Amino acid sequence: MLELKSLDAGYGTFQALFGINLDVRAGEAVGVIGPNGAGKTTLMRVISGLIRPTRGSIKMEDTDVLATPAHRIVDLGIAHVPENRRLFPRLTVDDNLKMGAYMPGARAKYAERLEFVFNLFPRMKERRSQMAGTMSGGEQQMCAIGRALMSDPKLLLLDEPSAGLAPVVVQQVFELVKRIRASGLTVLIVEQNVQQVLKVVDRAYLLEAGSIRASGTSEEMMKTDTIKQAYLGV
Amino acid sequence: MQGFLDIFDIYLLEAVVNGILLGGVLALLALGLNLIFGVIDVTWICYAELVMIGMYGMYYMVQVFGLPYWVAAPIAILLVAALGALLHYIVIEPLLTAPPINQLLATGGVLFILQSFATVAFGIDFRNLGIRLPVLAIGDMHFSYSRLLAFVAALLGMLAVYFFMTRTYTGTAIRAISQDRQIMSLMGVDTKRIYLITSALGGALAGLAACLLVLQYDVHPFVGLSFGPITFLICVLGGLGNFVGGFLAAFVFAQIISLGGLFSDLEWGYVLAFAFFIVMMFIRPAGLLARRS
Repeated sequence: MLELKSLDAGYGTFQALFGINLDVRAGEAVGVIGPNGAGKTTLMRVISGLIRPTRGSIKMEDTDVLATPAHRIVDLGIAHVPENRRLFPRLTVDDNLKMGAYMPGARAKYAERLEFVFNLFPRMKERRSQMAGTMSGGEQQMCAIGRALMSDPKLLLLDEPSAGLAPVVVQQVFELVKRIRASGLTVLIVEQNVQQVLKVVDRAYLLEAGSIRASGTSEEMMKTDTIKQAYLGV
Repeated sequence: MQGFLDIFDIYLLEAVVNGILLGGVLALLALGLNLIFGVIDVTWICYAELVMIGMYGMYYMVQVFGLPYWVAAPIAILLVAALGALLHYIVIEPLLTAPPINQLLATGGVLFILQSFATVAFGIDFRNLGIRLPVLAIGDMHFSYSRLLAFVAALLGMLAVYFFMTRTYTGTAIRAISQDRQIMSLMGVDTKRIYLITSALGGALAGLAACLLVLQYDVHPFVGLSFGPITFLICVLGGLGNFVGGFLAAFVFAQIISLGGLFSDLEWGYVLAFAFFIVMMFIRPAGLLARRS
């Protein structure tokens, strides 16, 4: 579904990603793990068009993502839940969700998508007229994921969904990721919480200092010595 | 009725009502400027000059080409809306990432260009539509229909903007964009397009104000100076970019001007309003409805 080939990217003279090759097949959940500053967020931003790579190619179902204007990429079926959620704090939950359905294709399905999101997050239905910025971190994460789901995506990009949340809420977020997968969506998730994320994904890539150092199924990754020592603490 | 009115000082009541009527038009002017500032983060120093061009548009359509007022008004609104979009496209967009002072200087330059253009093209004579609307008399109080019309039309215009901003996808995007510019593309929003629409909307509000003001005031190349500064003060007093604050501040200013004018000359009303503004800047420097962060 998504294919990245020998991708370089960075900010100004600083290069953050070096020759990334990565692919996500339809129906899969794929994780990208690695330490802080490894380039995980940059990778997500490159896929959704927030920054453009200096080299390489990105394909989404045979469409050249790099030839698509940034604001059209969501129309290819890619929805990005950015790091730190990035809700519109002084808009209501309803208006935040509405922004997720901004593209003409999504507008036509607005009622149906809203029902889907409210089914997934009944809490959002209770909070629909509340300002998004006044909700708890966990609720904001639900709202941010809900906003992304409003565009009826095929591929959901989740950037550190558990960051800054209480342990109990982290559990809930990973439960949600499982349920979103079960609804047939393809998921690419970036996480520092390696132990948790390997439980919900099929495959994972280890990203360190801008390069992919290892990849494999979750079971394989859990058995890899470097990952065990550095990330799982065993 | 007469007995009831005798209880009040009817001149006071008349001044209060006239203050409310003035407030409506000032609120309309402030809304346009606030919209541009709140969404694009740029101050159109030349905002009142767009109104001046709109007033000339009305003058030429009504007096020179003989169009009826009701036909000319929508055309003038569209004309100034196009001018607003053009201003954004030519002047603002190349300067979006420039320091704020450069943006101020550029729109300040447009102010002088428009004033000079009007002087050369239209001359410095005072012009008017030659339309004299009747005066409504209630008891001993007199209210001009042109002010009543301006008030009602300004309120309707602001109501239309409110519904546009809250009910449509584009309006929601306009409110969202100032809260997080970087992620708008993730929603599928073309930021450039939203800026252009906002500029056209700001222009349309200036156009509507022009249609209403031209009924009350003569138009000349420097007419923008008589309500441009007060519009800026209102926006700053309400909190720049704060729509509700600007609305309230417009009515506060209008009352001060109107009541101040009652106790002495109208000019003293303006002096009082500006003095009030200076005092308020010490008490609440971020505006009446400053957001506490």
